[in-house]
Amino acid sequence: MRRQFHSPIVLLGARLLSPYIMVFGWYVIIHGHYSPGGGFQGGALLAASVLLIRVAGGRRIARLQIQEFATTPLAVIGVVIYFATGLVAMAMGGYFLDYGALPIPGMDPDWLRYTGILIIEVGIGLAVMAILVMIYDNMVKGEDYA
Amino acid sequence: MKALKVLILVLFAGILIFAASDLPFRGDPDNLMHAEQSITGTTVKGSYFIQNAYRDARTPNMVTVVLGDYRSIDTFGEQVVIYTAGLITLLVLRKTRRRRG
Repeated sequence: MRRQFHSPIVLLGARLLSPYIMVFGWYVIIHGHYSPGGGFQGGALLAASVLLIRVAGGRRIARLQIQEFATTPLAVIGVVIYFATGLVAMAMGGYFLDYGALPIPGMDPDWLRYTGILIIEVGIGLAVMAILVMIYDNMVKGEDYA
Repeated sequence: MKALKVLILVLFAGILIFAASDLPFRGDPDNLMHAEQSITGTTVKGSYFIQNAYRDARTPNMVTVVLGDYRSIDTFGEQVVIYTAGLITLLVLRKTRRRRG
């Protein structure tokens, strides 16, 4: 097992960058209605901010941010948010994933579609982030780096 | 053998360049894909999306409306594909510490 050199400077830089990348990821997800972006791109940015800490700090420090066992439930939550939005719309009398039938009071169907797109983008972002982090964790599992 | 590879590459590049020279100009409003009716007389779906995307979903980004609303089942399929890929890595790549001894 190879011991890697643990640099506090790299860790400090990663800690400085990671929150800003995460904020930008949420910005890309939520501002996807008005600019290029959306769930997949924003999710990849969120995963980048999490993986930066994992690469720079190692498993012991990364455990403080998102634990390894939490990635699979997060991915499931992301997929379920999307699917439940479609199912609720179908249960309220519309078609599957027809956001105009979502049961939010006081909104016209067009603004309901606006909200529905936002909900599913957040679901996609969560799932993509969790799955990219999950792939990284599974690849390095067993090799105790840093 | 290496000369053959280079020859095949040059041949394919020539084919691609020849095919690209026949493409319509970008942004030309008379292009077939920008027409409201296709050559068979049916209505092009894209023209409906362009005209009604903002009215249907109040979202200025047309691509988001197409991906998230009109074609949302396709996007759901993409998400399930990514989720399946993650689960496959969980099954294939995971090394248990017990087996390493």
